[in-house]
Amino acid sequence: MKEIKKYRFFILLVIGLIVLTFINREMGWKAFRLTGNSIVNMLVLLPPVLIFVGLLDKWVEKETLIKYMGSESGFYGVLFSLLMGVVAAGPLYVAFPIAALLLKKGAGIRYIVFFLGAWTTAKLPVLVYEFSSFGARFTLIHIGFGLVFFYVMGLIFEKFFDHRQLVKLDITEEA
Amino acid sequence: MINGVILYAIALVLLSISYTKDRQKTKGALLKAWNMFRNVLPDVLAIMLFVGLSLSILTPSFISSMVGEQSGIMGVIYSSFIGSIALIPSFVVFPLGAALVHNGAGLPQVATLMSTLMAVGITSIPMEQKMFGRSFAYSRNASALVMSLLFSLIVWVVMT
Repeated sequence: MKEIKKYRFFILLVIGLIVLTFINREMGWKAFRLTGNSIVNMLVLLPPVLIFVGLLDKWVEKETLIKYMGSESGFYGVLFSLLMGVVAAGPLYVAFPIAALLLKKGAGIRYIVFFLGAWTTAKLPVLVYEFSSFGARFTLIHIGFGLVFFYVMGLIFEKFFDHRQLVKLDITEEA
Repeated sequence: MINGVILYAIALVLLSISYTKDRQKTKGALLKAWNMFRNVLPDVLAIMLFVGLSLSILTPSFISSMVGEQSGIMGVIYSSFIGSIALIPSFVVFPLGAALVHNGAGLPQVATLMSTLMAVGITSIPMEQKMFGRSFAYSRNASALVMSLLFSLIVWVVMT
């Protein structure tokens, strides 16, 4: 029963897909194929990233992480969260486990928000496409504004959220 | 695909280094990775299915028809709506945006669409919520939406 409850959104969407296929077979088939493709892509990206996260959890001491990404880390914190967001590969859901672990290890909320922001605005592989499709000016406005905005957001989030409360939810434990 | 090969190769190298230094820790790391995978799998599968469904319904010509150059503020609102719900692999986002502009969509509207596609994920909120709690997940998405709207405004003022 517990397992079924975990998959309730998935089951609901499967039913939606079946209904769509009945209404429009072509659309249903296309949705099915696109879903298959995304699942393959996910299996390419997610497992190795989760292995990194697991190794990070076991090998990096809390003190070290606090030094480089804790709320007092200043310039280092900005640099590391930016670097991790920029070299990232994959959609945002891949970033969530990474961010959650960094938070658990003592990274400042400010840098976590900034890291997620960098992931969604300034990923290097994506920048190449953006630059070639929309030009330098558009790209510079996008990343420049995006990064400043999310840094300021990080400062605001730090005021409103309690670090201990966010860390309570640990996804590396068995559910 | 190349990305995947590189990622798996690095993961394998790191795992073997870790294994030679400390077997127990390596086992622990793998166990943690496996638990994470099991915990996120239901949500990730739901996201995948949602991506498939939304992409089969929201075709480029359909989006172009909603966010034409004359669509103004309403076009921006439609874009932010579509972008917040749909999820598209990020390397597809910009080529898609360029195709939309070619087909007559307005630049600020397309800017909103692309930015919300990458930064706002209503579909992934259940997963985000599990890891950071409800209020954090909702606030982060709301702030990303605000960022996208402001970005579109800047593009509107500076580039049109």
